Amino acid sequence: MLGYLLRRLLATIPVLVIVAVLVFLMLRLTPGDPAAIIAGDNATTQQIELIRNRLGLDQPILTQFGIWAGNLLQGNLGESFFFKKTIGELILGRIEPTLSLAFLTIVIAVSVAVPLGVLAAYRHGSWIDRIVMGFSVLGFSVPVFVIGYLLIYIFAISLGWFPVQGYQPLADGFGGFIQRLILPAITLSVIYIALIARMTRASVLEVLSEDYIRTARAKGQVERIILFRHALKNAAVPIVTVVGIGIALLIGGVVVTESVYAIPGLGRLTVDAVLARDYPTIQAVILLFSAVYVAINLAIDMAYMLFDPRIRY
Amino acid sequence: MTFQWKSVTAAMALLASTSLAQAQTTMKVVMHSDVKIVDPIWTTAYIVRNHGYMIYDTLFAMDEKGEIKPQMVESFTESPDKLTYTFTLRDGLLWHDGKPVTAEDCVASIKRWSAKDAVGQKLASFIDSMSVGDAKTFTVKLKSPTGLLIFGLGKPSSNVPFMMPKRVAETDPNTQISEFVGSGPFVLKTDEWKPGDKIVYTKFDKYKPRAEAPSGLAGGKVAKIDRIEWLAVSDQQQAVNALLAGEIDMIEQPAFDLIPLLKDDKNIKLTTYNPLGLQYTFRFNHILKPFDNPKVRQAVTYAFNQKDFLDAVVGNPEYYTLCKAMFVCGSPLATEKGMEGLLESNFNKSKELLKEAGYDGTPIVLLHSTDLQSLTNLAPVAKVLLEKGGFKVDMQSSDWQTVVSRRTRRAPAAEGGWNGMLTAWVSADILNPVMSGFLNASCDKAAFGWPCDEQMEKLRDDFARETDPAKQKAIVEAVQMRWREQPTHIHLGQYNVPIAARSNISGILTAPAPVFWNVEKKK
Repeated sequence: MLGYLLRRLLATIPVLVIVAVLVFLMLRLTPGDPAAIIAGDNATTQQIELIRNRLGLDQPILTQFGIWAGNLLQGNLGESFFFKKTIGELILGRIEPTLSLAFLTIVIAVSVAVPLGVLAAYRHGSWIDRIVMGFSVLGFSVPVFVIGYLLIYIFAISLGWFPVQGYQPLADGFGGFIQRLILPAITLSVIYIALIARMTRASVLEVLSEDYIRTARAKGQVERIILFRHALKNAAVPIVTVVGIGIALLIGGVVVTESVYAIPGLGRLTVDAVLARDYPTIQAVILLFSAVYVAINLAIDMAYMLFDPRIRY
Repeated sequence: MTFQWKSVTAAMALLASTSLAQAQTTMKVVMHSDVKIVDPIWTTAYIVRNHGYMIYDTLFAMDEKGEIKPQMVESFTESPDKLTYTFTLRDGLLWHDGKPVTAEDCVASIKRWSAKDAVGQKLASFIDSMSVGDAKTFTVKLKSPTGLLIFGLGKPSSNVPFMMPKRVAETDPNTQISEFVGSGPFVLKTDEWKPGDKIVYTKFDKYKPRAEAPSGLAGGKVAKIDRIEWLAVSDQQQAVNALLAGEIDMIEQPAFDLIPLLKDDKNIKLTTYNPLGLQYTFRFNHILKPFDNPKVRQAVTYAFNQKDFLDAVVGNPEYYTLCKAMFVCGSPLATEKGMEGLLESNFNKSKELLKEAGYDGTPIVLLHSTDLQSLTNLAPVAKVLLEKGGFKVDMQSSDWQTVVSRRTRRAPAAEGGWNGMLTAWVSADILNPVMSGFLNASCDKAAFGWPCDEQMEKLRDDFARETDPAKQKAIVEAVQMRWREQPTHIHLGQYNVPIAARSNISGILTAPAPVFWNVEKKK
């Protein structure tokens, strides 16, 4: 297994190199000029050229890539064109909100979706199944910002139970931290509950028709144990895959929720950087997201062994 | 016994510090944008200018009446030939690191500002030398008299000549500064600045305000709030929700369509702090056909009308003014001379001029930005009015930053260039012909659009040389008459965005930029 792990880790290198080259080239081909954005309305062509020169954007693309790649190999992600901070500082400052939101969302989603999916499979064709599946369709269909505004209106504005917006770091107190995170996490979890519940239902339903389940029932095993020990464990591989992909998506793609709730996470950093054409920041965060995807995929593959002893690498 | 006394003393100290902490006032504000850049000379972005007013001070400042008054300067003398000015700084001016503000710092700051700013550059062409007398005195010698020196040093909007320590001001003007030490009424908490989240300022206890009452950007800058946080809330609806819920104290620029929500709440008050407001503006690209022909540009001045633009974006007439004056209605240089018959959607006249000009029906490439609520509706209105006026229009949509980048391209329209675009100016940036960047008609040295008109440049130079206000006004009228013949851009109407604040916030000053001294928050 160690050999497999090592091979997989080595395989991430070409993936990251390809991502780095593609992102770098795509940014240079996208319309937009950070120097013009910085210079403002009054700027003359000469002033814009001077700023371009200071940012190194007047160099040939290959030279720019060489400088960036060289710095990257030394662990230097560079400095933002705008923020006057190193990219490392910027990313570190944004990781906690994003990870906290992703973790809480997945906890809520798994805690709600897995029992609902198992129940729907167990009561296949009943009104419970229909309600769970109906909720799933709704969860997929309603845009996340609509859910967000609805929850804010009910729980923050009308009832006043939660703050409307903002993030409080964990270091400033757990109460405020969780109070500010709960609405965004619920907002985000709706779509994952829908996704995981459907996947759980489908997988458990398939397993429930297996011979060993019939055998367990014939032996007089209680339904709870059949469902949660035999069926769910054997249905876990696709569920774990969906949860893993969900975590990866949550780390990079919660822009709307972060914007609605004013959470200073990595999603908003990415959007702000794209809108401002802050090339070094965009390059670094996309590279980070790629690394996270690769790492999570590897973790998912490793997790398969826990649930299915037949899988060995 | 000793132990008991120690305990009592410690308890009292704790109590005192707790009371002090409780007495601290914090104000949470959502500004129109997040602060990404913190060098107000490096960029003209208004949010950075606003940040500048928090932590930096100026030698002169514009008061509520539009007059320039000494600020950091205690007094100044002018030689009879109006060529030598000697400035003396006020006593007790300190940088936030505790060191005294010196004349050397000010000279270095003026040099950096004048290398970047349009008015500063014009002023620099008049300056013969700047020399330091003693720690508090410096002298500026001019090659010829100009009214730009005092006006420039009190320029209210981007780029504002903020004073910085010499070591900071010596940074190349095209490189962002990396130390943020000012001498203004608030201190930047660099350790708490998180771009995309918040920027924090605390009261500078050692700031020595002027004795006069505050007026506009001038007078005594008394900080009455201990800590001010500018929060980055990108969603306007959420900012309004947070204000209604009392989580924040103020929104600098609420969206026009959300203002009715705020008006309905008795705990919120709306304050128009900047009566001069902003101006929507249409810019021609003078180097490409058909706008290289002045007659075609004149046709646009007949086809447009301001009301349609303002109704489409602002909506409520309470917040806009139809104003044809090039140098802002309500300002000392406001006049409508030369504007007769223009901006009234006289489509017949527009078509007539196009016929005279031999317009061949080549489509106007009109840049349309889709992501800024304050600009999005302008281009569709322009398209309709231009078409009614006899033009063919190819409106091309993209995000604002693409427009910003594309407008700097001189290529033909079919190869990524452009013919017309729309933007907004803060009125305080266009109060006279020298400040007004779009009037700069110095060909390649002008801002994007690159107008080329020697006569206009001569008028701008005349204005810069003139020190008599009455004669300046006459030059302004001549500028407008010349503009009628050779339009460089078109103002599409003046508008205001009110500040929305909780009712316990008071003391918001009437000024060209939002400032936080004099603002109070009641418990």
